[in-house]
Amino acid sequence: MIKESVLILAARSDIGKAVAHEFASLGHPVQLAARNIETLEVDMSDISLRYSVPVTLHEFDALETETHASFVDALPELPEIAICAVGLMEPQDRTQEDIGAFTRVMRSNFEGPANIMAELANRFETRGSGTLVGISSVAGERGRASNYSYGSAKAGFTAFLSGLRNRMAKRGVHVVTVLPGFVETRMTEGMDLPARLTAQPSEVASGIARAVEKKRNVVYIRPIWRVIMFIIRSIPEFIFKKMSI
Amino acid sequence: MSTIVRSEPNLIARGSGRAYGDSAINPSATVETRHLNRMIRFDPSSGQLVAEAGVQLGDIISAFLPHGWFPLVTPGTRFVSLGGAIAADVHGKNHHNDGSFRNCVDWIDLMRQDGTIKRCSLDEDAELFDYTLGGMGLTGVIVRAAIRLRPVETAWIRQTTISTDNLANCMQVIEGAQNATYSVAWIDCLGQAANLGRALVMLGEHAEVSDLPLDMKAAPLQIKPKKMRSVPVYLPALTLNRYSLSAFNSLYYWIGSRKRGDRIVDWKSYFYPLDSIAGWNKIYGRKGFVQFQCVLPLESSESGLTALLAEIASAGTGSFLSVLKRFGKQSGAFSFPMEGYTLALDFPVNAKVFALLDRLDRITIEHGGRFYLAKDSRMRSETLHASDERIGDFQTMRESREFTAHFRSAQSERLEL
Repeated sequence: MIKESVLILAARSDIGKAVAHEFASLGHPVQLAARNIETLEVDMSDISLRYSVPVTLHEFDALETETHASFVDALPELPEIAICAVGLMEPQDRTQEDIGAFTRVMRSNFEGPANIMAELANRFETRGSGTLVGISSVAGERGRASNYSYGSAKAGFTAFLSGLRNRMAKRGVHVVTVLPGFVETRMTEGMDLPARLTAQPSEVASGIARAVEKKRNVVYIRPIWRVIMFIIRSIPEFIFKKMSI
Repeated sequence: MSTIVRSEPNLIARGSGRAYGDSAINPSATVETRHLNRMIRFDPSSGQLVAEAGVQLGDIISAFLPHGWFPLVTPGTRFVSLGGAIAADVHGKNHHNDGSFRNCVDWIDLMRQDGTIKRCSLDEDAELFDYTLGGMGLTGVIVRAAIRLRPVETAWIRQTTISTDNLANCMQVIEGAQNATYSVAWIDCLGQAANLGRALVMLGEHAEVSDLPLDMKAAPLQIKPKKMRSVPVYLPALTLNRYSLSAFNSLYYWIGSRKRGDRIVDWKSYFYPLDSIAGWNKIYGRKGFVQFQCVLPLESSESGLTALLAEIASAGTGSFLSVLKRFGKQSGAFSFPMEGYTLALDFPVNAKVFALLDRLDRITIEHGGRFYLAKDSRMRSETLHASDERIGDFQTMRESREFTAHFRSAQSERLEL
């Protein structure tokens, strides 16, 4: 049986690659989308040899929002599942001093991902089926001094996905919001992350596959994050503002 | 990676980290190839696979066994990387017929000290090709290779188990089974006197569809995944002593003897019995274990093995797994196998074991044997140099190509390679 095809946006990222392997191992054809797509040719052959599924490559730039419609039109088929792993983290102090860095963070974590999800959502709505998966962040659940540029863009994306889910619920289209917590990737390279809270990309990938299958709405990859974020959200603002977490 | 290779004074590549000793460790720089793990091309007409060095043998099996392909040569773990298998020129239970891993390698891409990649094969820089297969990573960093897989009809092995009472009997059975594709003997290394060298000889053939029972014929290349068992904690050292080992060995022999005759077993249990138990090394306690593997030339195999087994039995610090295999002809400039018998043992680390291993080294050299570098972690430089007359040529080749200054491991320094 041929399974539904899966589009992976930001397929060169560590999570994107892990997601591609996960869905391909379950028998889904995968469409890999990223910038400089020719650099993924070896991954294309690797995935198709390992799992015997069709793999296609598609040039995609999340920041060139005006190209998103034609990007979707050029896909060999409209995917049934689309997973957006687009994201960019810059150090907080840089985004405070450099407006260019701030804009890049805003556009890469909110504008670009939201725009492509919206584009796909409209077509999924017309078709009356499909699953959209947005990878957001626990950093979007409350702004912290150390990371609020990135966090606020992710907060925007989380809210966008929530609204989209609400709109699509009656249209046969499902929307999943993924909040991975810390993940050991190039984005977090060199950071001192607590091992018990840090997931591997493959763990995120299998969590996403499960969430798609079970039609979950909002998923934390490691359950402990649900508790942590509940506590962080519950701290009264007059105390929170004096804390450094 | 090429930047690292160029800029570090000296380094060694590390694949899956499955070597038993320090052959893939360099205190100044160790390059991990684990993420270099993509399969690039497969040609179903020849069975040739091109893949990056960090791909594990198990990944190759998962991808290609469902289509009827299996590695031509495999060691006892499927978690070994392709680069590691080439660097150690690993062997399997079919060395007597199919030789070592090198026999399935068509070419390799090797990163040299200047960071450039050179392809070598039997036709292109044959000397470098020859020395890299078995060269323990001391000739450069293997980044890609083309290997040939063997066609198989099923994912099953037709296993024949024969129990033998002593070493002479065991060797006789193995010699008589030279036509078997796979052969290996498990020795009760605590058996003394008349029981010295009693063993279970296990022969194997890739089963054909017609060998399978009816219910398995429908999907001959599929086996149901088994649940992974694991050793949760390090066992305390006192659980391993001559009595428990002796009991284990006798029990294993007894159970094995009861399973004499023909059986159909899945590929995982035949080739990789220990892979199904995660963290099996923990049974040796926190101090861990050391491996010993030597090969003895055919003419002195029986006397040498007798001396080795007698020494082990009298020391009483036995080994869980003592494996005896028959090797075919020697091939390769620096590869371990030579025609004769190879004995592999592992010992829990304790006060007495290193002295015992020194005695086993001496017996091996007295019988003209040599040692497997992929399993070594403690040998002395003099021992290695006394055991292998090819070392001088290996060193000359390394020096003439200026490898000595660039590619080194803790092992190569200890052994003065």
